Amino acid sequence: MSVSVAEMTEQDQLFEYTVRLGDNCVILGQRLAEWCGKSPVLEEELALMNVGLDLLGQARMLLDYAGKVEGAGRDEDKLAFFRDAQAWRNLLLVEQPNGDFAKTMSRQLFFDCFQFLQYQKLSNSADTKLAEIATKSLKEITYHVRHSSDWVIRLGDGTEESHQRMQKAVDELWGYTPEMFDMDAVDEAMLKSGVGVDLKEIEPAWKKMVEGVLSEATLNFPELTWQVRGSKEGKHTEHLGYLLAEMQFLPRAYPDANW
Amino acid sequence: MTSTNPIYSKSEVYKVLEQVRDPEIPVLSISDMGIIRDVLIDEKKINVEIMPTYSGCPAMDTIAADIENTLHVNGYADVHVETVLTPAWSSDFISDEGRLKLREFGIAPPQKNAKRGSLFHKEAVTCPQCGSGHTELVSQFGSTACKALYKCEDCLEPFDYFKCV
Ligand SMILES: [Zn+2]
Repeated sequence: MSVSVAEMTEQDQLFEYTVRLGDNCVILGQRLAEWCGKSPVLEEELALMNVGLDLLGQARMLLDYAGKVEGAGRDEDKLAFFRDAQAWRNLLLVEQPNGDFAKTMSRQLFFDCFQFLQYQKLSNSADTKLAEIATKSLKEITYHVRHSSDWVIRLGDGTEESHQRMQKAVDELWGYTPEMFDMDAVDEAMLKSGVGVDLKEIEPAWKKMVEGVLSEATLNFPELTWQVRGSKEGKHTEHLGYLLAEMQFLPRAYPDANW
Repeated sequence: MTSTNPIYSKSEVYKVLEQVRDPEIPVLSISDMGIIRDVLIDEKKINVEIMPTYSGCPAMDTIAADIENTLHVNGYADVHVETVLTPAWSSDFISDEGRLKLREFGIAPPQKNAKRGSLFHKEAVTCPQCGSGHTELVSQFGSTACKALYKCEDCLEPFDYFKCV
């Protein structure tokens, strides 16, 4: 969207806000789907696909709602398959490549804890639809947090190699986490109207949650030596384009394709 | 919202709906699962409200189609199925009969009124094969979104546990 926030109507802001929530779920769900057929063990394959499916379900509800808020005739599929990278609003963290299993679990832990705290607040949103979606999703996210925490602890407090790889994964992704708590004008406006979540407020709780898991995993709490941000203005890392190319190919090549 | 001069009776529609099975756990009807929130009848129009179990549950589309088909076959022409999110479906909605059927089928039923909100707590799950409480969680996620994978330390059988949500 190229209009400045000052020119945005309340409806534009709600659309933008909802798309941000939905885009996180689409992109992380797509990343998890990339593990299909190559997970370390069968149980874990099922787990990753289940988490991904939950995220995709959440994404559908959110983007369907965003489309209705926008009122321009775009449905969930139009929003997912016919937007280019600069129109996506997902956090930089969730578009990062899977890497090894440790990296996937580190990304998952950071996002799961964030989404858990964010949706806890969102379930009291003045926007009934967002509150409903958050309440529903929270039941699923609770299981996601348990799953990623378990793995980070198991790998961190595991063998020498798993410990070292888990620490590396946590360190490599750390610089993408401050962006999660950025409040821009849309966030401020949504917070003021009782719709949105105060991200600054959940930051300490997030750190505490992650710190608890990392310490049980005998891992060091990373130091912030670099950080990147920009997804709220559609500035992404180079990885998003490749992900979208794969995800969007079919509906773009065959726009009338049906199941 | 209320049914004015219903030609059809709500209880008869409910009775027909008992024939609709959960495609992933076919021993259970959608009534056992507790996913029907309400049936609204407006003259000849029937609106069935269902609550999805999980956001991404692929069975929901099949269930909606099955509801329409089953009602059509039973002479109800004008049927609509609507997905509603409030109240969010809970495993507490599964009927006592449904719990019994689950156990007989080899799936440990979800605990009722389980402690929620707490992120990390161990659930005491009973083996559906031998009744032992000596069981171990293998994976939070099983063959479908609604199930976790356990194994029994006594009879050594692996089994599914229907998760509490
Ligand atoms: Zn047993």
